Amino acid sequence: MSNETNGHEIVGRGAKDGGRLFREWFESLSLAPERGDKTAYVFVMGSISEILRAFDFQISFPEINSLQTAVRRVAHEYLNTAEDYGYSPDICGYVKADVGMQLRGGEHPMGRIPKPNLAVLTNACNTYLKWAEIWERMYHIPTFTVDIPGGRSAGYGTSETSGDFARDKQYVQFQLQELITLCEELSGQKFDIDKLRAQMKYTNDMAAAYKRVIELNQNTPATFNALSEGTIYLGVANGLRGSAQGSQYFQDLVQEMEYKVAHGIGTMPEEKYRLIFVGVPCYPIFRRFYELFADWGGVFIGSTYLWFAAGGLELGYQYDLNNPLESLAEGTLLSVRNAMDSMFFQDRALVNMLQPFNVDGIVYHPIKSCRTVSTGLADNRRAVMEQSDVMTLFIESDMMDKRVVSEAQMKNRIDAFFEGLATRKLRTAA
Amino acid sequence: MAYAAGVDVGSTQTKAVVINEHGEIVGRTIIDTGANVVTAAEKSFLAALAQGGIDEEQVGYVVGTGYGRYKVTFGDTQITEISCHARGAVHMFPDTRTVLDMGGQDTKAIRVQPNGEVVDFCMNDKCAAGTGRFLQSAAAALEIPLAELGVVALRAEKAVPISTTCTVFAESEVLSWLGKGKKIEEILLGVHRSIGTRSIGLLKRVGIQDQITFTGGVTRNQGMVTVLNEALGTTLNVSEESHYMGALGAALFAMDRIKSSREPVRAKEVTA
Repeated sequence: MSNETNGHEIVGRGAKDGGRLFREWFESLSLAPERGDKTAYVFVMGSISEILRAFDFQISFPEINSLQTAVRRVAHEYLNTAEDYGYSPDICGYVKADVGMQLRGGEHPMGRIPKPNLAVLTNACNTYLKWAEIWERMYHIPTFTVDIPGGRSAGYGTSETSGDFARDKQYVQFQLQELITLCEELSGQKFDIDKLRAQMKYTNDMAAAYKRVIELNQNTPATFNALSEGTIYLGVANGLRGSAQGSQYFQDLVQEMEYKVAHGIGTMPEEKYRLIFVGVPCYPIFRRFYELFADWGGVFIGSTYLWFAAGGLELGYQYDLNNPLESLAEGTLLSVRNAMDSMFFQDRALVNMLQPFNVDGIVYHPIKSCRTVSTGLADNRRAVMEQSDVMTLFIESDMMDKRVVSEAQMKNRIDAFFEGLATRKLRTAA
Repeated sequence: MAYAAGVDVGSTQTKAVVINEHGEIVGRTIIDTGANVVTAAEKSFLAALAQGGIDEEQVGYVVGTGYGRYKVTFGDTQITEISCHARGAVHMFPDTRTVLDMGGQDTKAIRVQPNGEVVDFCMNDKCAAGTGRFLQSAAAALEIPLAELGVVALRAEKAVPISTTCTVFAESEVLSWLGKGKKIEEILLGVHRSIGTRSIGLLKRVGIQDQITFTGGVTRNQGMVTVLNEALGTTLNVSEESHYMGALGAALFAMDRIKSSREPVRAKEVTA
């Protein structure tokens, strides 16, 4: 096979394969009840899929199900169903789209989402707890909350050496053991630690590769757009976490990114501005939202979404397969805590990215219906602006509800932001 | 002599400014935007040319700005009103570091560098509270011409607190205060202060630095200027041209393009 043919097959493979794997995952989920498989509902900030997969649970992410309704431009139908039922327009759009979908018997643009047999959640988001209670009442299923102790002090990241950390890890480990007991009861299967080890090995592969993919975007031109392609990678990272397919996908993705770096292949025809995205994408106009930046030659070389919504894969944490349970507890504690803390102390991590990633600007995108990810963004922006002179943009819309997405207003702000970036580039070049 | 023009198509009114090579305004005009945005842009541009006694062929470059900037079909490029107001304000008042632009549906706070470069900006979000539209609602409810609102408000010795932040509900609140026997001027002063408070909130978000230049259509309202001056403890830069600041900034950018010579000469003409 010639190099050129090889390159033709490699470039764009991550996006193409990601889309295919996603469709297959949803198709498989739709058939779970027919196969007699049980389904667990989990969340991106601490899915603990490895344990659930070890008991052959099918994994469904309600957050992903909901955002898919927005990407496929039918979210309003589900939101309306939930609001007709009595939910306020101010409630989390993900919750309402899911409630709408449950009220419609699991009908979803990607297939039919099975009812849950179990819901596993962490306290990373307060809404997770209330959301799971809805299913508890709707389906009389058990819900299992893994209580993750937060950091004790301000600052990005967490200390692995303090006494608190050892006790916290033990606390999480006890809870995981309780979850295993519950899974044994629900599945009728005895816990197989080697099966768990196998899932964890796949997650290790994915974490190392995911971290590498993010790092490779330090190159110019950028190898992927964190807002568009990055969201596909993120979907696979969550949906196929702890699976052989997920592991293979990310090995291939690293190969693609390294190939692009070696051959100077970027993600867009003319990259002019390198940006970081902070927040959750505007899914109701996902493509258009991307274009509003891409039309100016703006590429997102990084995104905090790829951190806090990746279940800790961005940390590259490697489980110790000789001590799977203890290590799973540590990894879960680190990743969930990091997601929680990083939302409020991202400024240092963002500032640290500016130079190595050659960043021109940071775009903050708080969303109306998610307080968890939006509350700290104004402070975050101020903190970044105190530490650097990087240009920032603050635009608000929503991840689900197109009623609060005003494209004209957004475009005006984005255009002004790029006009400022252009002026600055001219000045610094002079 | 080469001329440059800026056409600012706003939600309520369309402004056009023609400048000479020295950045001096030689023609300006303002008309209601109405339903036909393309026509409004053309009409305002032609009227500004007529006022300056300039032929269209003498204009080397036209920049469209405002929400309808892409409807300036004879324009050579488009630049947001955020950049244009900043540029116009610094040109008119060189010590400007903060700009407050209050238009029909938008209020913008802009922090600028001495060279007119925008450092940061902030706008009202998906709601017309704190904009000229709020004043229009009050004027409609009280049946007072818009141009007289500010003068009437300044007659009041105290203000009625207006608590709503919704432009639609503002009308109801104004009527309810009337029903309670409050004086019109006191209600109006309350309306002005309510808008002023929201605007100052925007200014604080970008950081207030002297001097502050006030731009946009509401600058013609003396009541609003007074309320803002009192609340900010300073004297805002306001001039006869404040309403035209966006169009002026656009014209200045157009003149840059002519002088840079990297841009082609004007390629499109008004077809009407």
